[in-house]
Amino acid sequence: MNLPSIRAAIGETISVTTTINGASRRFDVEPRRSLADVIRDEAGLTGTHLGCEHGVCGACTVLLDGEPVRSCLMLAVQADGTEITTIEGLANADGSLHPIQQGMYDAMSFQCAFCSPGFLMSAVALLRDNPNPSTNEIREELSGNLCRCTGYQSIVEGVETAVRIMGAQQ
Amino acid sequence: MKNPPFNYHRPATLTEALDLLAAHGDDAKVLAGGQSLLPVMALRLGRPDHVVDIAAIDELKHIATASGALSLGAMVRHAQAETSPMVAEHAPVVAAALPHVGHRAIRNRGTVVGSIAHADAAAEMPAVCLTLGATLHLASATGTREIAAADFFLGFFTTAALPEELVTSVTFPPWSATSGGAVVEISRRHGDYAMCGLACAIDVADGVIESAALSFFGVASTPIRVAEAEAIVVGQRPSPALFAQAAEVVADVLSPDSDIHATANHRRQIAAVLTRRGLAQSADQIGIPV
Repeated sequence: MNLPSIRAAIGETISVTTTINGASRRFDVEPRRSLADVIRDEAGLTGTHLGCEHGVCGACTVLLDGEPVRSCLMLAVQADGTEITTIEGLANADGSLHPIQQGMYDAMSFQCAFCSPGFLMSAVALLRDNPNPSTNEIREELSGNLCRCTGYQSIVEGVETAVRIMGAQQ
Repeated sequence: MKNPPFNYHRPATLTEALDLLAAHGDDAKVLAGGQSLLPVMALRLGRPDHVVDIAAIDELKHIATASGALSLGAMVRHAQAETSPMVAEHAPVVAAALPHVGHRAIRNRGTVVGSIAHADAAAEMPAVCLTLGATLHLASATGTREIAAADFFLGFFTTAALPEELVTSVTFPPWSATSGGAVVEISRRHGDYAMCGLACAIDVADGVIESAALSFFGVASTPIRVAEAEAIVVGQRPSPALFAQAAEVVADVLSPDSDIHATANHRRQIAAVLTRRGLAQSADQIGIPV
């Protein structure tokens, strides 16, 4: 990587360049600001939700270079040079849903839906790496995301529905 | 909560990082993966004036072996170690522990050495270090030193590392074909901190256990070995009766606290179950079904 040394005193900003949902973005941010806050407040992508802001609930999960991470447990300055996918980046340009979105829609995996963006991003990575997971594997992979409404049953069913949709597409 | 303000440093070299730690000492905290430090800051349990981000330092990113010993640099993330064939081959107990560490999103960012340096008594990696006899490599602006895992963990979130020191890597000693090991734990939800866990390893020669290490986590202010139970199994042939005897000793010796997750008594019972389970898995690994 061999980045140059960087320093910012309290109140100073650092220039951060990332690719978010395919578009290159540059932000001047204070190091204290989380990646989640910058995604929401600077990029205006408010689909990434903040529940606990200390890494417990998983609502803020985004893909960083393809891998799920908690965007509240990252400083935006740590994301310099990375590629980020948020919930807004899932649907196709024509508005048709990603299979995981369609699966969760069909299975009514939502009640208040606050947690849904995090579940969806975790599930995207799961199905990419394991296109045919068992129910236990789904539960285990989604164990880092909390939902206070559904009891999880419908969320697991949503992922299983997505597996069928993706299977039928092939 | 939002992070409190801090002075941010991202040094490009180890020398620069060590100079920063020398200059700021206790007022500085090292940021590796951030999966422990950032929650600590968000909850205002810690409020460092200076954060030293070591992510740009290339010499901290190695997964390497020398004479059979596995070395992991301070910037090796859990997910990298989890998928490394070298870790699976040379430190199977480390590989066995990794799926238990947090959730996938946490493992994608958090580092193995960071977890060790954070020294949460309920975490897997410190106990694994204790069981395997790992060595921590520390550096400061004035020199380097090595500390055995047995001397590293001093108390809750407290280690022998000085404020101006950086843990640059951890080394696990060579793993032998006559060794078997396991990491077993019981938690309320997969990926959460365990109510109690065990990292264990045994060495067997001619069907007899030559050495044993049983390190429990989540039951004291540091990971702890139970020498009394290790002594029971050494010199004996693996058997369910022997492991049950060791389990009884473990339950007698440990004196965990009660908290919202489990009572002390419950933890002792879990520790006994894990002793039988972990030792049986260890024996099974070297072809001795118990």
